[in-house]
Amino acid sequence: MHQIPSVRTYVIIWAILTLMTFVTYKVAQIELHEWNIVVALLIAFFKMMLVILFFMNVKAESPLTKLFAGAGFFWMILLLGQTLIDYISRAWMPEGKMW
Amino acid sequence: MADTHGAVAEHTGHSQLRHHFDSMEQQFDSATLGMWVFLLTEIMFFGGMFCAYTVYRSTYPEAFASTSQHMNPLWGAVNTAVLIVSSLSMALAVRAARLGQQKALQLLLIVTMIFGLAFLGVKAIEYHEHWVDMKVPLIAGHWDYSEAPQFARQAQIMFCFYFFMTGFHALHMVVGVGLMTTILIMARKGTFSAEYFTPVEISGLYWHFVDIVWIFLFPLLYLIGRTKTIF
Repeated sequence: MHQIPSVRTYVIIWAILTLMTFVTYKVAQIELHEWNIVVALLIAFFKMMLVILFFMNVKAESPLTKLFAGAGFFWMILLLGQTLIDYISRAWMPEGKMW
Repeated sequence: MADTHGAVAEHTGHSQLRHHFDSMEQQFDSATLGMWVFLLTEIMFFGGMFCAYTVYRSTYPEAFASTSQHMNPLWGAVNTAVLIVSSLSMALAVRAARLGQQKALQLLLIVTMIFGLAFLGVKAIEYHEHWVDMKVPLIAGHWDYSEAPQFARQAQIMFCFYFFMTGFHALHMVVGVGLMTTILIMARKGTFSAEYFTPVEISGLYWHFVDIVWIFLFPLLYLIGRTKTIF
């Protein structure tokens, strides 16, 4: 069926994932102000991509499966984006109150 | 490659090929796609909670950072590492199934379950610590936030998110261990072969998805405001 990745590939991905877990744990202790959350989420996103592409083997799946996996991202962007646009912009209104 | 497999399945009439599919390849692709559709509904399920979390955290940033001090980031990091190991053994189990290595498949499924259960064990220790520390909101007599009274009410919101998000994640882990048990029994009965391993593959997809949810829960719940003491 699909090409079978080697054990070596899986172990390398595991090593990177474990290393990134350590990195995110350590970076959280460094004061970066509003960038702490950005760095934490970027690392989490990177780890997620490794799991999806290699462990879940989406890299080798059919284009249709890739489309469906991608649809999940699109939906999350809509959900978080639209919601945040609403809540953030409320503060811009004159006499605006959150709730 | 794909055509060869299809042709083989048609000629030999593989016992696991359902009549409404043309080939083993087509059957496998359909099952994988179906699993991804299910995972999309799971993204919607967890996505709603992540979205609500984002709104409340952006509204009460100091309260969330202060409340996060009650989480033990070391336990969180250890559990992340444990889940990543379980994901590795799951990926290797799927690989063994594809190669028709039945013994390795069974062994790796057991390893995956052991690490899954270890995760749940650590989670149980953490929940017990929160219970003893009086950090369980909504339950009378188990909530005390006198160390930072200015955040007493918002801290309950943060802890509600914590318990609901990690709780539903833990529930998914329990289901995952149940799935692995089923797959292990099927493997022992000799259901799988290099031609047929679809249940192993799609259970693996589920396991990795649950891992991904935790990859986001860890920094969002445990690693806020770690650079300074906020009390």
